[in-house]
Amino acid sequence: MFIQIKDLNKQYLNKENLPVDVLKDIDLDIGKGEFVSILGPSGCGKSTLLSMVAGLVQATSGEIIVDNKKVTKPGKDRGMVFQQAAIFPWMNVLENVMFPLRKEMSKKEAKLRVKEHLKMVQLSNYASHYPHELSGGMQQRVAIARALAMDPGVLLMDEPFGALDEQTRTRLHDQLEQIWIETKKTILFVTHSISESIKLSDRIIVMGTRPGTVLADIHVDLPRPRGEHKEGMLKLEERIMGLLKKEIDKVVDEELAYETSN
Amino acid sequence: MKPAIKRILFFVIVIGLWQLGSKAGLWSEILLPSPVSVFEALVTGIQDKTLIYDLIASFKRLIVGLAIALAIGTSLGILLAKSKTADDTIGSLVLAFQSVPSIVWLPLAIMWFGLGESAIIFVVILGGTFVMTLNVRVGIKNVSPLYIKAARTMGSSGLDLFIKVILPASVPYLVTGSRLAWAFAWRALMAGELLSTGPGLGYTLRYASDFGNMSLVIGVMVIIGVIGAVVDQLIFQRIEKSVIRRWGLDS
Repeated sequence: MFIQIKDLNKQYLNKENLPVDVLKDIDLDIGKGEFVSILGPSGCGKSTLLSMVAGLVQATSGEIIVDNKKVTKPGKDRGMVFQQAAIFPWMNVLENVMFPLRKEMSKKEAKLRVKEHLKMVQLSNYASHYPHELSGGMQQRVAIARALAMDPGVLLMDEPFGALDEQTRTRLHDQLEQIWIETKKTILFVTHSISESIKLSDRIIVMGTRPGTVLADIHVDLPRPRGEHKEGMLKLEERIMGLLKKEIDKVVDEELAYETSN
Repeated sequence: MKPAIKRILFFVIVIGLWQLGSKAGLWSEILLPSPVSVFEALVTGIQDKTLIYDLIASFKRLIVGLAIALAIGTSLGILLAKSKTADDTIGSLVLAFQSVPSIVWLPLAIMWFGLGESAIIFVVILGGTFVMTLNVRVGIKNVSPLYIKAARTMGSSGLDLFIKVILPASVPYLVTGSRLAWAFAWRALMAGELLSTGPGLGYTLRYASDFGNMSLVIGVMVIIGVIGAVVDQLIFQRIEKSVIRRWGLDS
């Protein structure tokens, strides 16, 4: 398996210095080239899980192995796209996408690679623009191009379209699907949108909350493009909704209890 | 009406009333000379080149002092942002120094360096350093963790991360720090020169006052004010505005 997550646990200490389980006994195997969504309500630790694969957050116990190497720190073999574009405002688009390449290849080579990736996200004409001159959707495409330009084994995406408007999001879904088909990258995609996960992924890992655990591992075998199979998508959506309902109720109950106790 | 036109109109009216008041003898020419006398004093000062020499001398001290202040301020700010121990110890000292007007250092500076160039430059340096330090410190501490996380996933760490990401990300604070450092240094310079030897704008101001030449006193005050406002608005505020826009901090 390309990515192996074994007995992964993550705890943090709360204000009273008591350990709280964020993630409990996560076991996952992900094959090369798979598009996998991690779906769950807020607070289920899905973003933490992704950050741990990226090497930004350390596990309390257990291990993550990517391409036969144990993850201990961040590396260029795992590209990450965040909810906010996180491209650097003091660099133009070209310089931003070149950032991860500047040390490992000549400038000429890097420029060529950047141009290729800007074309992939349809931003060839914006190489010399600065981030503040771009829309949110364009900024996020730059971030995707930047992550892909390092040619990582896996692309980690943390609710990458969560901050965009509906129309832009739909367009970027199609673009991402196209990019995935062209590059055959393994993609781990964190989202709280059921329809987004059904539209894009081969597999959906449904997570429950407090502590974060894997509730279900669903294979999506609807043919692509999925927009033409509305009925199948709807059926799956209902099924996942049923799985998540209990979890969402749990969160709401806790929040209500918290409010009334204050 | 455009703000610029409003502003010009405002100054014309103020100077006009001032001139009218002087003409009508509402106050004595010795206490408040008329704008025309002030203008004449300025023209004389420029023609006999004293004011030109003063300007050159003052700016020389300012540039040397401000450059050293910015260098020390930036280094000290980085140290405070990066080391908790330094922040807990030196940090509190910097805050204390920042609340002391730098001119009160002049007596000590004169003892240490003699009554001359070095003493004034020392006061200018103290005027600009600490405000720069505090801004650099806050700037580095406020760098969005998102930028740092993103850079780390792209293989950047340590010194590379600091130079390529953290420092450029805090540029808006560096610019604000520099603007405030300039303002403090400019005030420190004038105070220092007022109590020191010439040439220099502050020195000429005191010299004119000793000889009862109030027109020149006001003339020099006008020069000091105009330079302060022009440098602040035409240089620093413009840079600040464009940096804030580019760094996406205006929304």
